[in-house]
Amino acid sequence: MRLRRSMMFIPGANAGMLSNSYIYKPDSVMFDLEDSVSLTEKDSARFLVFNTLKENLYGDIETVVRINGVETPFWEDDLDMAVRAGVQIVRLPKTETVEEVKELEQRIEKIEKDCGRTIGDTKIMAAIESACGVVNSVAIAKATPRMVAIALAGFDYLVDMQTSRSSGSEPELFYARAAVLHAARAAKIDAFDVAYGNVNDEEGFLREVEIAKNLGYNGKSLIHPRQIELLHKAYAPAQKDVDHARKVVAAAEDAEQKGLGVISLDGKMIDPPVVHEAQRVLLLAEHS
Amino acid sequence: MAYNKKAAEDYAAKNNIPAFKGVFANSPQLEDIATKQKRKLKSSLEDVIKSSGLKNGGTISFHHAFREGDKVVLQVVKKLAEMGFKDLTIAPSSLLNCHDGLLEFIKSGVIAKIFTSGLRGELGDAISKGIMNTPVQIHSHGGRVHLIQTGEISIDVAFLGVSSSDEFGNANGSHGELSCGSLGYAKVDAAYARYVVVLTQDIVDFPNYPASLSQDQVDAVVQVDEVGDPSLISVGAARLTKNPRDLLLARIAASVIENSGYFKSGFSLQTGSGGAATATTIFLGEKMVEKNIKASFALGGVTGSIVDLLKKGMIEAIADVQSFDVDAAQSLRDNPAHTEISANEYANPSSKGAYVDRIDTVLLSALEVDTDFNVNVLTGSDGVLRGASGGHCDVAAAANLTVIVTPLLRARMPCIVECVNTVVTPGKTVDVVVTDHGIAVNPNNVDLKKRLVDARLPVTTIEELQKKAILLAGKPDPIQYTDKVVAVVRYRDGSVMDIVRQVAS
Repeated sequence: MRLRRSMMFIPGANAGMLSNSYIYKPDSVMFDLEDSVSLTEKDSARFLVFNTLKENLYGDIETVVRINGVETPFWEDDLDMAVRAGVQIVRLPKTETVEEVKELEQRIEKIEKDCGRTIGDTKIMAAIESACGVVNSVAIAKATPRMVAIALAGFDYLVDMQTSRSSGSEPELFYARAAVLHAARAAKIDAFDVAYGNVNDEEGFLREVEIAKNLGYNGKSLIHPRQIELLHKAYAPAQKDVDHARKVVAAAEDAEQKGLGVISLDGKMIDPPVVHEAQRVLLLAEHS
Repeated sequence: MAYNKKAAEDYAAKNNIPAFKGVFANSPQLEDIATKQKRKLKSSLEDVIKSSGLKNGGTISFHHAFREGDKVVLQVVKKLAEMGFKDLTIAPSSLLNCHDGLLEFIKSGVIAKIFTSGLRGELGDAISKGIMNTPVQIHSHGGRVHLIQTGEISIDVAFLGVSSSDEFGNANGSHGELSCGSLGYAKVDAAYARYVVVLTQDIVDFPNYPASLSQDQVDAVVQVDEVGDPSLISVGAARLTKNPRDLLLARIAASVIENSGYFKSGFSLQTGSGGAATATTIFLGEKMVEKNIKASFALGGVTGSIVDLLKKGMIEAIADVQSFDVDAAQSLRDNPAHTEISANEYANPSSKGAYVDRIDTVLLSALEVDTDFNVNVLTGSDGVLRGASGGHCDVAAAANLTVIVTPLLRARMPCIVECVNTVVTPGKTVDVVVTDHGIAVNPNNVDLKKRLVDARLPVTTIEELQKKAILLAGKPDPIQYTDKVVAVVRYRDGSVMDIVRQVAS
């Protein structure tokens, strides 16, 4: 089980941030070759991200590279670099159709073969950034076994929907959030909520975290290291939940040792999903 | 009995003692009732300089409590230049960016020699490029007092800006409109200078209390338009920084102190200024409240974050040699538990008892730290003078636990290096270095390392940190110097610790 609460964006052309951002310990880090990199810096960003990945600076932090979209002249070079450098996940921006994912998958497989990487080792994350993407999100989420997570990206989506960000309960994102999350859960993969752009507005950020958390999102895309600790704190389980989870896991271990098929705690039967949830709670507690 | 006037005179002559020549013979200032009370009040800066007896080649001094807001140094030096003075030694307690204007007076020969704790800005640049014939002497705050007491710094005239004074020279920095807080450095100048001038915008009724500088030390008082701008004193973040790296450093530093073995009721601390230091104070304060651990006193360099802990009752007392912000200055004025101390009391190694001697934990910053734990707080990665010795080596030498906090890299320059450009604080006096990439404990401190490892803090070695810095930033080309010495770093006891050479252009 892997926690995916925080996925921090790092502009691929920023050497200082690339070489240093692991100190903030996000669960996942996303080296961006797309929107944050100007056209004149695409090559240097690719080179910098390659070296960052090869130095293995990020240790246990999950590495993601956001390549440029399949409609650009950059994506194949981006992908070649990322797979050869050993990135764990490739993030495809503006995903709208299953065909795009399939094309990406085939290309990844070819590079894996060429560079001797285990076939299937490179995972995929689809970013949903349009009405079309939201509508097709179930098929996208299920498009390949490489798909480990799906991320909703709010900025382009809201432009496509001819609306803009509001405060409060954010009704403009409600359908997309619910749809993308359902797609992820139906495909048994993880889901990331949108990034929150105003880094100085902690209150607004935490309000949005609460919405995502209560809906069931695994975490959020983040654009500033300061948001990591806030997010992790918000996702930290309450002590009573941790205490209960410990009991559940202990009961499950006890049942396993005794070779019992049925797990019980305080006279009540416990289903496997409850044990799984308890393990997740303990993992969250450990990393909070 | 008759008055034995003749016999008294004979006795005096025989024993080489002055004979009585009249009640005002040796105190003529009292003779004129009309002028005796206002005799110290001078009409202008020029008047006061003339009265002081200053000569070419003499030594003048200043304090730096107004920091970047200081308006005394340039005002006085400009006047001295107008009056034709040459070859002066200036001995301010420190120099900051606001003193760049001194450059023209070095070029014109008004200033020939400098003693200071720090050098920055254009002045630091020009001196690093060799503009002065005589090397600048860099001292610590405690070391300055030592040099004054040994006579190496022999102050002819001290020009001391204050926020309020009466006409007789009872002066302080804590009252009046232009309050700067503690006059800890100026107190030393007032005690040792041959002639002491108080400059103030605000002349108040006699007697002015508290008298940080006392009438028995002050020769002259002069009213000037401005002595400084208090809004430019602040050197620290008044509120919790939003810089994530500073916050990270602060959290680790607070945890280091918490798990150091010194974090118990009655401990004492100094945390300094700047974003990370303020944040550390705040985080440490949270731990103090949570565990109900009260500090006996805090020392410094005092910021609002320390004052907050005093207000919350988590610190019993503050000893203040310099107030780093408005909150500290106000607290000094209003809170009896907040006391002004002189630089001699603060950190002089040859005083009979310095406050630093009683410090348990101190948090200090660094420009560079090397693998022998030596610290540079003076020269930049380009070899140019751009910092200050301050109280760094004083409190590091005396504290039980010296924690240095620095990022591993600044921009793309390593801060953990094989060998620092300039040693200000020797590694022997440093216990632990906190970086954003891990903690290095001085191998001399085996117990501390064990405690921090047991607390699951990210302990590594200084060599590993240095290698990491090189891995990330590459190895910088060595700085090119000439043979000319531009500054001499004096350790707190007056000994020569290091020299700074001219950077090759």
